[in-house]
Amino acid sequence: MKKALSAPNLIIFGVLMFAFVVLQLGLFPGNYPMKLTILYLLALCALFGLGMSFRQHLAGKLLIAAVLVVLPFVSATAGQAWVRILDFAILYAFLALGLNIVVGLAGLLDLGYVAFYAVGAYTWALLASPHFGLHLPFWVILPTGALVACCFGVLLGSPTLKLRGDYLAIVTLGFGEIVRIFMNNLNAPINITNGPQGITLIDPVAIGGFKFSGATQIFGYTLSGPQKYYFLLLVLAILVVIINQRLQNSRIGRAWQAIREDEVAAKAVGINTRNLKLLAFAMGASFGGMAGGVFAAMQGFVSPESFSLNESIMILAMVVLGGMGHIPGVILGAVLLSILPEVLRYGVGPLQTQLFGKMLVDPESLRLLVFGLALVLVMRFKPAGLWPSPERQRELVEGRTEVKP
Amino acid sequence: MSEILLQATAVAKHFGGIKALRDVSLAIGRGEIYGLIGPNGAGKTTFFNCLTGLYVPDGGGFTFAGAPLLADAPHRAAARGIARTFQNIRLFANMTALENVMVGRHVRTRAGVFGAILQNAATRAEEAAIRQKAIDLLHYVRIEDRADDLAKNLSYGDQRRLEIARALASEPQLLCLDEPAAGMNATETEGLRDLIDGIRRDGTTILLIEHDVKLVMGLCDRVAVLDYGALVIEDVPAVVQKDQRVIEAYLGA
Repeated sequence: MKKALSAPNLIIFGVLMFAFVVLQLGLFPGNYPMKLTILYLLALCALFGLGMSFRQHLAGKLLIAAVLVVLPFVSATAGQAWVRILDFAILYAFLALGLNIVVGLAGLLDLGYVAFYAVGAYTWALLASPHFGLHLPFWVILPTGALVACCFGVLLGSPTLKLRGDYLAIVTLGFGEIVRIFMNNLNAPINITNGPQGITLIDPVAIGGFKFSGATQIFGYTLSGPQKYYFLLLVLAILVVIINQRLQNSRIGRAWQAIREDEVAAKAVGINTRNLKLLAFAMGASFGGMAGGVFAAMQGFVSPESFSLNESIMILAMVVLGGMGHIPGVILGAVLLSILPEVLRYGVGPLQTQLFGKMLVDPESLRLLVFGLALVLVMRFKPAGLWPSPERQRELVEGRTEVKP
Repeated sequence: MSEILLQATAVAKHFGGIKALRDVSLAIGRGEIYGLIGPNGAGKTTFFNCLTGLYVPDGGGFTFAGAPLLADAPHRAAARGIARTFQNIRLFANMTALENVMVGRHVRTRAGVFGAILQNAATRAEEAAIRQKAIDLLHYVRIEDRADDLAKNLSYGDQRRLEIARALASEPQLLCLDEPAAGMNATETEGLRDLIDGIRRDGTTILLIEHDVKLVMGLCDRVAVLDYGALVIEDVPAVVQKDQRVIEAYLGA
């Protein structure tokens, strides 16, 4: 069996990117400001790939940890905007891992996942902003956000229990829209969500007296707001990875897998499919809620616009493109899809100006084109995702050669 | 017949105008191998589905191990000690053989979400026990060398055996086998016969739907015959085989 796109291939990917950039840099006369940063980032990418290839060993783990710690500082040399892009990449990885519980483990196609993200964000916004005059501490809001989203997960999950596949997808898609429209319209008769204007001046994350917005001096080094959020998000993301991993290899995870494989047989071996499906919805929703809370605090502003159907599809695309049910794959999908648009914006725009003297295609519209193309190519050539789990890989390969009895 | 394990009382089920089961009453004693035969469409599998909670009967009901069996949810039937296999094998195709049996342990284990996340000592011990029990069961049905293969890649006969192992994993008092010998060759059927006999000797009562008359008559202590949803006769094989109605409806002259 051919080894799939795994860590060593990632290095190759990094080298290819490197070649592409060198080519591109060559086209830039004079001093392109991000030249060095891009080089450093690619080196870090390669080191990360190297670390992943022996992540079972302590040395590999240390290498990965070192790369993750250095990353925001290297990015900062190109401007804080790039650290924020990293923050969002991790936030999306967090979201995608939450959705992975529902879609990847339990096999329930949820197109309305952004609803829980929205519920979490609004919970944070309402409990920590001048809108209601509430300013509750971090340790209260984060669990509350998760809990409220969890309740919504059960609430929206319960009517869908008898649905499967396409039907489930359509209903959850509807729920996602319903939540967004509610947020949009709950400004009258009682103003709860402030309607389309959204809620502003949301408190940043603060643990004790330590604020995550604005710069702080630590050990003589200035740590910017986005850099602090980076480390907060990293810790949260690592927690979700551990939870995902442990759930997957547990009695509950196996039961989810069984439901995904054959619901009738799962019932017959004594699995309470109703409760377990609700549990999957609730778990996924809680993570969505937590991510939403951090999102609200990081932005300082929420409005219904941030929670459109596109967002749901984007998160699902991350899971599917990366490799459904496989944690490293899902993270890869999330990071690629959240960074790609920025690379296009900062790379393709200037490149066009350099080559043709003017902007021919707007990078923003190019983004959708590239997305579509990427999805089609992945579905055609790597139907299990860019980095599928070894088992899933085996399913496909053996499925092709297997002669059914 | 010793103590009664399962008592079906006037079980009825209809789909629209079709009466799939017409007031079927029968009793299965503990430790028996009880055969259920009849032509295709006679209602055998419907009876199974009612018993295991996949269908809700329209009339009548079951008493299992002295208490009524509420036909509301299949998982509760499994918890009470009724396990089944399916006529058209329903394994978790993309899980390994070992994982399939481990899923079968679900009703006899407890670990929840928090146990799984915290990985406390109790959960780890339970997980190890599940794995050990599953390995033992694979040995029991003699497919231990296929433990790490995906269920869908097992041979037909091994898939049947795996399904039995998965059912046994829930430590059932009553094991319901729906045409386990269908599609098997003579050697495989012989092996299956030994397996079923062994399971009974180890203390599990067996309800067997089967078309292989030789297997049923040789293996079962008592046999019930269904035709058009109604019970024709329930007796020891020797009597059933000679019954005129059974010969007309099913066995042929």
